[in-house]
Amino acid sequence: MDWIRKDLLGIKGLSKEEILFILETAESFKEISLREIKKVPTLRGKTIITLFYEPSTRTRTSFEIAAKRLSADTINISASTSSYVKGETLKDTAKNLESMKPDVIVIRHSMPGAPHMLAGLVDSSVVNGGDGAHEHPTQALLDLFTIKEKKGRVDGLKIVIIGDIIHSRVARSNILALRHFDTDVVCCGPPTMIPPKLEELGVRVEYNMNRAVEDADVIMMLRIQKERGGVSYIPSIREYSTIYGLKATHLERAKKDVIIMHPGPINRGVEITDEVADGPYSVILDQVENGVAVRMGILYLLTGRVS
Amino acid sequence: MKILIKNGRVIDPGNSINDILDVYIKDNLVEKIGKNLREKGNEDHIIDASGHIVAPGLIDTHAHLREPGYEYKETIATGTMAAARGGFTSIVCMANTDPVNDNKSVTEYIIKKAGLEGYCRVFPCGAITKGLRGEELSEIGEMFEAGIVAVSDDGKSVRNSEVLRKAFEYTKIFNIPVISHCEDHDLSKGYVHEGSVSLLTGLDAVPSIAEELIVNRDIVIAEYVGSHIHLTHISTAGSVDIIANAKKRYQRVTSDTCPHYFTLTDEATLGFDTNTKVNPPLRSKKDVEAIKEGLKNGTIDIIATDHAPHDMTSKDVEYNLASSGISGFETALSLSLSLVHGGVLSIEELIKKFTINPARLLNLPYGEIKEGKTADIIVFNPYMEWVVDKNAFYSKGKNTPFHGWRLKGKNLLTIVDGRIVYRDTHFK
Repeated sequence: MDWIRKDLLGIKGLSKEEILFILETAESFKEISLREIKKVPTLRGKTIITLFYEPSTRTRTSFEIAAKRLSADTINISASTSSYVKGETLKDTAKNLESMKPDVIVIRHSMPGAPHMLAGLVDSSVVNGGDGAHEHPTQALLDLFTIKEKKGRVDGLKIVIIGDIIHSRVARSNILALRHFDTDVVCCGPPTMIPPKLEELGVRVEYNMNRAVEDADVIMMLRIQKERGGVSYIPSIREYSTIYGLKATHLERAKKDVIIMHPGPINRGVEITDEVADGPYSVILDQVENGVAVRMGILYLLTGRVS
Repeated sequence: MKILIKNGRVIDPGNSINDILDVYIKDNLVEKIGKNLREKGNEDHIIDASGHIVAPGLIDTHAHLREPGYEYKETIATGTMAAARGGFTSIVCMANTDPVNDNKSVTEYIIKKAGLEGYCRVFPCGAITKGLRGEELSEIGEMFEAGIVAVSDDGKSVRNSEVLRKAFEYTKIFNIPVISHCEDHDLSKGYVHEGSVSLLTGLDAVPSIAEELIVNRDIVIAEYVGSHIHLTHISTAGSVDIIANAKKRYQRVTSDTCPHYFTLTDEATLGFDTNTKVNPPLRSKKDVEAIKEGLKNGTIDIIATDHAPHDMTSKDVEYNLASSGISGFETALSLSLSLVHGGVLSIEELIKKFTINPARLLNLPYGEIKEGKTADIIVFNPYMEWVVDKNAFYSKGKNTPFHGWRLKGKNLLTIVDGRIVYRDTHFK
């Protein structure tokens, strides 16, 4: 198939074929990162800007490494070093960046819809690197990639997402991606952190952690989004970690070959114990590794799109 | 000035008129209404209204003119020009200007400015509390003397129930309504309706109960002290229910809604278009249906615009940062006529909600076509199709989610105080 989209703004709207196409493309790039000389000339002459209004370690670095391994030129702009702090609006920033003719702009923003606004203002491709509590499509794609890689399939799996669902763009994007497959998705967390009508997205809601993890193939942990006021949704971090922290005892209830995922950054001792985060079931670092391949695939598809 | 409007269908629910009639206007008054009125030969204008509807000028109980203080968003001149284009001959402007209309100087300023530059009648609504802070009552008596027709802290609810109680009591002296903007402060930390759509957009959301709690509280307080309460821009099914029940036991409850609450659902927010950001937010399909039902069964008495013009800089930003509001004067009648075309309301019922009902709420001597009374009259065609072009708005506020919509029904002529203040270019 050919890639025709200008932007990747969310999982919503993507067809199953498009999702599988991205994953296949990513697959072919994964090997490059294992070479001694980790660089191919595929995107030589292309310019990729990462425009980050929110802090990030993984996503920004991952995009930059992905772009560099494809020989693209990369420029990183973060809120603290941009004219944003001087009061420039997103619209003006967009128009100014546009004048410098980048091929792709990766944006992260604390407010939902900011990437959509940017996409409407520029001819460059726009990739949503996370917008508020809305979507984080590249994370969901790398999660799906990791699940496929570890389990050999997505269909037939029970996938449990645990934590601050209401503030989580990762949960939203994952739920929307997993909907395309024959999966049993269970969302678990305190009711204050479960958005109303969540079941409409085709998931089950379970407040009890022990029941949620029963026979799970995949357990995806989320952190409390302190920057979105997550802490006020629970009485205390201590109580939260007692009730919703993932511990070794939970793993006994899950499938023998369960995998533990986390989009990072992890808060050790809050949503996950050291023992589990660093244990044999954890694929948290594999996710990070796959993130580079998935983002290489996405940058490749967007810059080579058929217009 | 003498104007003869011939052969139009005159619909005036206030006087139970619905017939093909001629209307003769002399100076600022309706001199004669009748069949085949003879031309005297000295008319300044003879309007052929055949095929059109002749109705009392519309009265808007809820608008924002932004002056003083926000003249870059709208002025009394541009706002009233837009109102006249939309068919409004009297409008109520809310108090959230800068300075706030919480004292007679501001009231007098608005009235003076409207007299000099206005294209239609302007009736200021005073603030309930000083600075809209919800703490102390404004000088309602002095503002009443200066010309306010109601009080409201529109934009927010009076959070302190004791202060609100005092407002309901104090306004009894002047017999003016308290207009309640219903929004629980603590439950309203969001930008869109909480439901299936906010689940997808991840935008911070406001639940229906934020409105319903205050609708209920404010009715309870008004009923307790025996004052008139008018609930404005009602948007949820639950509110319609609460008001319907209250009306069964207490007579002095009225309410209004706005065209966007029966035209758009929260699905319009899916693309993050900031023109869909409005307070209260666009609600679910179920709510929209309930609003229509409430209009039909009389629970909702009035259609108001909540005309809220903004400059583009306030809208060309991230959804969270965008100002709330829709520029509504120039689309309100057309959007509302869809209720008639869709079989929700009869044309008389619709006109009633735009004329005599608001006139009674505000004790205004307008909203009807009657011999010897002021000539505030419009001529509109309920079937004429046109495409909304925000760039052609008379209002400075181009913030509309209806840009590019093909609407059915258009105001053609507006007469205020016996003077033609607006005439559609296609209406010869």
